[in-house]
Amino acid sequence: MARNLTNRILVILLVLALALWIDLSNKLTLTNPFNDTTLFERSVAPRLGLDLQGGLQVLLEADLPAEKQVTREEMETARNIVENRTNALGVSENVLQIAGDRRIVGEFPGTADADAILGIIQQTGLLEFVDTGDFRPEEGDIIQTDFGATETTSTTSGAAEQTVYHTIMTGKELVNIGVSPNQFGSQYAIDFTLTPEGTKIFADHTAANVNKILAITLDKRVISAPNISNPIPDGSGQITGSFTPDSANALAVQLRYGSLPIPLKVVETRIIGPTLGEDSLRRSLVAGLVGITIVILFMGIYYRLPGITADISILLYAAILFAIFKLLGVTLTLPGIAGIMLSTGSALDANILVFERLKEELRNGRTLVQAFDQAWLRAWPSIRDSNIAALITSAILFWFGNTFGATIVKGFSLTLAIGVIVSLFSSLYITRTLLALALDTFKPKNLERWFGI
Amino acid sequence: MNILGKRYILFGVSLLIIIPGLILLFAGKVPMSVDFTGGSLLEVAFTNKTPQPSDIIAVYEENKVSDTQVQTTENGSFVIRSQFLENDQRDSLLAALNDKIGEVTVIRFDSVGPSIGEQVTSRGALAVTVSSILVVLFIAWSFRGIKNAFRYGICAILAMIHDVAIIFSVTAFGSLLFGWEINSLFLTALLTVIGFSMQDTIVVFDRIRENSNIYRRLDFETLVNHSIVQTLQRSINTQLMTVEFLLLALAMFGGVTLREFASILLIGLLSGTYSSIFIAAPILVLWENREWQNWFRKPKQSQA
Repeated sequence: MARNLTNRILVILLVLALALWIDLSNKLTLTNPFNDTTLFERSVAPRLGLDLQGGLQVLLEADLPAEKQVTREEMETARNIVENRTNALGVSENVLQIAGDRRIVGEFPGTADADAILGIIQQTGLLEFVDTGDFRPEEGDIIQTDFGATETTSTTSGAAEQTVYHTIMTGKELVNIGVSPNQFGSQYAIDFTLTPEGTKIFADHTAANVNKILAITLDKRVISAPNISNPIPDGSGQITGSFTPDSANALAVQLRYGSLPIPLKVVETRIIGPTLGEDSLRRSLVAGLVGITIVILFMGIYYRLPGITADISILLYAAILFAIFKLLGVTLTLPGIAGIMLSTGSALDANILVFERLKEELRNGRTLVQAFDQAWLRAWPSIRDSNIAALITSAILFWFGNTFGATIVKGFSLTLAIGVIVSLFSSLYITRTLLALALDTFKPKNLERWFGI
Repeated sequence: MNILGKRYILFGVSLLIIIPGLILLFAGKVPMSVDFTGGSLLEVAFTNKTPQPSDIIAVYEENKVSDTQVQTTENGSFVIRSQFLENDQRDSLLAALNDKIGEVTVIRFDSVGPSIGEQVTSRGALAVTVSSILVVLFIAWSFRGIKNAFRYGICAILAMIHDVAIIFSVTAFGSLLFGWEINSLFLTALLTVIGFSMQDTIVVFDRIRENSNIYRRLDFETLVNHSIVQTLQRSINTQLMTVEFLLLALAMFGGVTLREFASILLIGLLSGTYSSIFIAAPILVLWENREWQNWFRKPKQSQA
């Protein structure tokens, strides 16, 4: 039967205690008993997906021609900037993740004010230094530049031909931004310094283009169009215009936090109203509870003693699974629940496979101990192979979901994979130990009554 | 119990369900959601007002949004489908609805760019194909101890394709009868069924693998039939467990979208069990006997 029964029971109790500790707390803290310092701290509050609590989901994509490479660092920086901006709105538990090469998935749970978030994300704050030659655009004009141009709509007949100007560099090269009053004290200017690379570009350009116009645009809108009066070799400069102290400060803030390395566009938006989310959560909880109750009754009635041990191990399975989700910060969504259901099904299936074998072996006249060992031994290949197939599928689907920002597929495959692994532990280790313990304790004689043969 | 003897009748039953549905599907009668086609879906409710769908379409057209379709739901809300909306377009539409019709609440809003929808569909199909191939290879490797191991992998995938076809067919009928559409929850149901179908088939095949090592003299058809009968109790019980769950979910979930999801899952999982017994295993026998050599001969000869 099961060797080292005492050890096995200790392992199960330890795992259960850990799982319950995580299940029942929102924050894990371990303090050093000698000096009361915190050794370990981690928040394990349960995370619900947008479909269960309402909220906003956006998929952002780099707004650059497909052949243009976007580096990982650029995406990472863009992600951080968008995160900082949205956090500044005071929305909690925002999740922003890079999906694939050029996409970012943003999730903002439970927000009523989707407009404010969408507004601040779309405010790309893309600063460009544009060479307009001898042409001096007016402040507030919108000009076309050759950076990040994906729109070809301007070629429609009838519309006036628009000149496309060359962008010499973007706000990416800015390092320091400050506001200072000009020498008359009535107007304000924005001072900036550049990265070494930016310094070089700027020095070369200004040296070659004295007396030409260098327009500074924010999201293609001209904020200032100064004359290049002298070459600027040292990488510091000033944006002047009709700024009040307030407008200069506002612009400086936007430049500081808003200089995205790449332009982003919203390619997908989903808003789930809070009532719809709440409704789905309530209904799935009720269905889950009723469903598991029926399953527990059925297992107990049909398989008798083994069925009851399987019931206990299914409950432990649920406790462990929930603890792992909390520990890893897995967000629960409706597709995720489908994944849990499927893996619960496979946990039950493993138990059923073993118990059917057990009955078969007992009918064939084996002793209880022999039948017990044979049942697990013989059921193992089918449990192993069917679960490996499930793991292969979920790995491919996870990769797919992660690469394309398809959160539905990702949620499903992640919970399925974790569920399958926990289900193996539950059906192979916990059920086996509990059944061995039960047989040890009760020493059943009447097989018909105890096993329902 | 002779299950395999009736295999052609069982194949016929499956085809009878699958073919009409697939005809509907390929005739383009099944609506795809914005997740796949790109476009936007806005579900709104109006406080104390029940406008006509045409009123809403009029508001959309004033804002130069074309291809608008409006559906009313059981809860009195409106599902408005249209082309892909930028955020400022959505804002001005909502403002216009508020002005022209009455106080409006957004229940949900999905807007998917056209290229994204296409990509999700094609890459999703690719992901399922790649995982199917890997599963075939894995099964072939795992069954390497017995004759024709590769066939088991292929048959498992054929059973899976059968289940996928059943789901599409049933969804096609559902769209005809209840206005279902192929949406992202459909995708979830599909993935669940694919996972379940493979697991279930492997369990039946495992018994064939085990028995073919025990009863070496038995002819293949009897062996497979015996294996099916041995695993039947387990198949029924597992099915009861998983389906019991879902039947209840079905009864509890009230909303239209979730009911569609639960119904598709229910049928798909039933099909998953059905196909491991009545499709995957019989095809294995059919292949072993090379029965297609008899398909086009005169019946007299094949009976002889």
